[in-house]
Amino acid sequence: MSFRISSEPLDPTALARTLADARAGACVTFEGWVRNRNEGQPVLSLEYEAYALLADKEGARILTEAREKFDLLGAVCVHRVGHLQLGELAVWVGVTAEHRGAAFDACRYLIDETKARVPIWKKEHYASGVTAWINCATRGDFADAGR
Amino acid sequence: MITLHIQYFAILREQRGLTQETLVTSAATPTALYEELRARHGFTLPADRVRAAVNDDFVPGTHSLRDGDRLVFIPPVAGG
Repeated sequence: MSFRISSEPLDPTALARTLADARAGACVTFEGWVRNRNEGQPVLSLEYEAYALLADKEGARILTEAREKFDLLGAVCVHRVGHLQLGELAVWVGVTAEHRGAAFDACRYLIDETKARVPIWKKEHYASGVTAWINCATRGDFADAGR
Repeated sequence: MITLHIQYFAILREQRGLTQETLVTSAATPTALYEELRARHGFTLPADRVRAAVNDDFVPGTHSLRDGDRLVFIPPVAGG
């Protein structure tokens, strides 16, 4: 199980390889990409910034919670920081389990909780030249159900 | 009066114009200090939308600050 912040580009193939496990019958991965629009505004690029010491701690807590809630074998979550261009990979989550149900559920839990709780901030650069820090993290239904 | 080391991130870093500073204050809690700094530097976020961390752990806004603490104010997060 690992959570980390990376200032280097993420390599999904290499990350998935770290999860290799002969006991696993399922591997679910999630990739968060930089997209070209948000709430109707054309986006040119995104800047991510993290409070790394606390992000690592909160990320580790989320992994521990996921291990308690779901029947997991392995889990990895890596989040980029720095100035990212359209199409770049901002966050990668991978989970392995014996069966697909736990892998899907845990992957959803990890990305939802990471977005909602880990001290990472995102600044959007718009085509208009304006920039804005995005202040509205959202949780999926699954994470809400436990609260 | 206590001495605190403050680190700023994201919107607060930009509005303060600094990544960190050391200051002497009579504020007893993160919320009290945030209100003081907000008035001084024009931070746009109200105190109830900002969390606090002391020595790299989340704390409530009512946490008692101690001399030498490292304090970070955490604007609403937006990973992913």
